[in-house]
Amino acid sequence: MPGFEIVIFGALALIAVVAAVLMITTRNAVHSALFLVVVMASLAVFFLGLWAPFVAMVQVAVYAGAIMVLFLFVIMLLGAEKTGARMLRTWQTPVAIGLALAVVVLGALLLLNTAPIEVADRPAAEIVMGSAEAIGLALYSVWLFPFEAVSILLLVAMIGAVVMTRDERKKTSV
Amino acid sequence: MSNQGFVTLYPLIIGLSVVLFSLGAIGVLIRRNAIIIFMSVELMLNAANLAFITFARAYNQIDGQVFVFFVMVVAAAEVAVGLALIVAIFRTKRSINVDDINQLKG
Repeated sequence: MPGFEIVIFGALALIAVVAAVLMITTRNAVHSALFLVVVMASLAVFFLGLWAPFVAMVQVAVYAGAIMVLFLFVIMLLGAEKTGARMLRTWQTPVAIGLALAVVVLGALLLLNTAPIEVADRPAAEIVMGSAEAIGLALYSVWLFPFEAVSILLLVAMIGAVVMTRDERKKTSV
Repeated sequence: MSNQGFVTLYPLIIGLSVVLFSLGAIGVLIRRNAIIIFMSVELMLNAANLAFITFARAYNQIDGQVFVFFVMVVAAAEVAVGLALIVAIFRTKRSINVDDINQLKG
């Protein structure tokens, strides 16, 4: 049923692109953050369709959940939803849009001129592609060192965030 | 061909990824609100993730999905540090417009 898939793809792609356009053009930063959540949710559906259920769940829980809540929290904490209303710089907007169109055209040309991939079918393994089990096995064997390195990165980022938001005046008394 | 699902459309999905990445780049270039710029960077990371997942499926390799996992971790770290920076800048300058942050200009 290729017709059915292309309908689903078209609907999801339309939702994602429209939400992305609204995200970068809307004047209210809170609306912007909510449109980004819509983009992430539609990408999560794509991940489900591409045999990546674990990544799809992480996308919803971590990205659309935790990270966007952090964004909304900071927007509301700073009362910043109106401060960025000015769109800007007359000459920068057409240049940016022209460059982006060039990238899209380049991508389309590359896709059209590349030999099609021989798409692999479902392997006859007992482990399901994209499941938590498959990701875990890869993460703790081949990718063990990057996994540990990234945990140190998270720790450093956490300490950095705490240090940067500390009140400067209290520093001398410590 | 029966059990393949979305992946038969992979050139279109990669095309969508390119479009979303470009929209994120436009957002970074034309907006002056630091938080919106950050969100546009997140959009670009998401577009790259979509390409990773698509190729992981097309080649039936799990490594693409593992890499998306790492991208998400780095994005989380980046957001934590970036938003802390924005809060610190807002505290001293009362503004998060990136054009107002020009004290290092010679």
